[in-house]
Amino acid sequence: MRKIFTLLKVQYSNMLEYRVEIALWAVSGIIPFFMLNIWTNNNLNEEININNTMLSRYFLSAFFVRQFSVVWVVFSFEEDALLGKLSPYIIQPLNPFFRYFTQHIAEQITRFPFALIIAIFFFLFNPESIWFPNLIFLFLSFISTFLSFLIQFLIQSVIACLCFWTEKASSIERLFFIPTLFLSGLLAPVASFPNYVKSWIYFTPFPYLIDFPANLLSGNKTNISEGFIMQIFWILLLFPLFTKLWHEGTKKYTAMGS
Amino acid sequence: MVKNIIEVEGLSKSFNIASKDPGVKGTLKHFFKRQTKRVKVIKNINFQIKEGEIIGLLGANGAGKTTILKMLCGLIVPSEGSISVSGYIPYRRTEGFLKNITLIMGQKQQLIWDLPPIESFYLNASIYDIDKFEAKRRIKKLSDMLEIQDELYIPVRKLSLGERMKSELLAALIHKPKILFLDEPTLGLDINAQRNLRNFLKSYNSENNSTICLTSHYMKDITSLCKRVICVHNGSISYDGKLEKLLKNLSPVKDVLIVCSSEKDANKLEKSGFKVKSKVKNEITLKIENRNVSSSLRSILNNYEIEDLFINEPPIDEIIEKILVKKKYTF
Repeated sequence: MRKIFTLLKVQYSNMLEYRVEIALWAVSGIIPFFMLNIWTNNNLNEEININNTMLSRYFLSAFFVRQFSVVWVVFSFEEDALLGKLSPYIIQPLNPFFRYFTQHIAEQITRFPFALIIAIFFFLFNPESIWFPNLIFLFLSFISTFLSFLIQFLIQSVIACLCFWTEKASSIERLFFIPTLFLSGLLAPVASFPNYVKSWIYFTPFPYLIDFPANLLSGNKTNISEGFIMQIFWILLLFPLFTKLWHEGTKKYTAMGS
Repeated sequence: MVKNIIEVEGLSKSFNIASKDPGVKGTLKHFFKRQTKRVKVIKNINFQIKEGEIIGLLGANGAGKTTILKMLCGLIVPSEGSISVSGYIPYRRTEGFLKNITLIMGQKQQLIWDLPPIESFYLNASIYDIDKFEAKRRIKKLSDMLEIQDELYIPVRKLSLGERMKSELLAALIHKPKILFLDEPTLGLDINAQRNLRNFLKSYNSENNSTICLTSHYMKDITSLCKRVICVHNGSISYDGKLEKLLKNLSPVKDVLIVCSSEKDANKLEKSGFKVKSKVKNEITLKIENRNVSSSLRSILNNYEIEDLFINEPPIDEIIEKILVKKKYTF
């Protein structure tokens, strides 16, 4: 635990060196606000029986969830594996993925004040949307956002491990980009999807990445126990897969570039 | 008796290497039907290294030195054969093994680029379960030895190459490894920095009785640090033994420059039966076999009026060049 804490401290200091870059990244994540604009201007919310205020809160929550669940481990790992930067870390008594993990957490901590400022601006322009979530729901949404981050981190780590077999594993990650964008609830609440989509979408990890935590935070109706069970299910499925791939993959490692 | 800390037996490593013909046709062919060939880069090598030894791995680019180092430190898995390092099988990367070794690659860095090195040192200390107090003590000691006290608090990106390399070394040694694998540790450093690094490695070795296994293209690194060398040629070992013996056998003669008191004496010496390399006025250079140097010099000093005398070893690089191209040495 001490190792992780020290790693987190060091990564946070490192991230503070990139504060402007992180602020820009935070600003670049405002896609839910564009979607909100499209929804309200076209009165689409009426079709799904959700009022403007609740929709605003949903998209602001989606923005927050997205801010704290962004993952890029596959790109960092691929670069490190291809350029041989991984070599010194692979022979240290700590799995190198902890470095990436703490890097993400440190980035999220750095990102928090910027996300908060964006939320304040959002409330200035939409004062009717101001709400303070119930403390229990705030806590639950925090946990579900972290679980969402874990799912995404594990999905990308699984793909990253494929670098040991195919050098450009990040191209596989791109296959996940479109379903993540459309099915996670970033562009529209999953409740608004046609029934035939809803019949299968909950068996995929996507609705638990944005929609479920965002509904918890915004106070929209959602099945809490089912949401958490599915999040934990995906983590329990992905984690052994990742460890197996890591174990097999490192046997294939050729320490290229060094 | 000093025990073997590294034992390598029948070690081989093969890689699948993709091959592609040049041009558009070759690219298209490569796209649809990828061709790979299996290349054996290390071929059935055997050697042992004793605790506290400093070994130099010599060889041309692509001979297989770095691949051997990577297998010894557990970065890559051998295709055949066995390796034991301090009783561990390296590629299993058990915690006990990893805490015993370190790998320093001259062209790769583990320090965090935008932070001062001290942050990376404390991070490494916690990774290796070293408490803060002990870490502080070790950082102080190593930074004193490496003379980088002031540089500890400057972001890595602002350090010179030499300062960075010293910091890399400190980061890699904070856990007091018993075995050091160094791949081109002085690459790109100026002469002073190279000398400082060599002196540091020497004192680290004598203080901790650590075993050092290094590759370098700078022959000064090898000659000043290693008593024993392993020459690698095309993935096989062409020589394993004392560096001195190798140099002696590959260079059996010395150049002796004699400054005679007159040209007449120099002419006399020229005709006395010694093998003459060159002669300019009263200066004459003789080629004398190593085993005859002392007797020849005695005779010259007794029979000729001489003003000065210089014994020149042949340039080490020239000798090493011979090593790199020959397949096998048996002396």
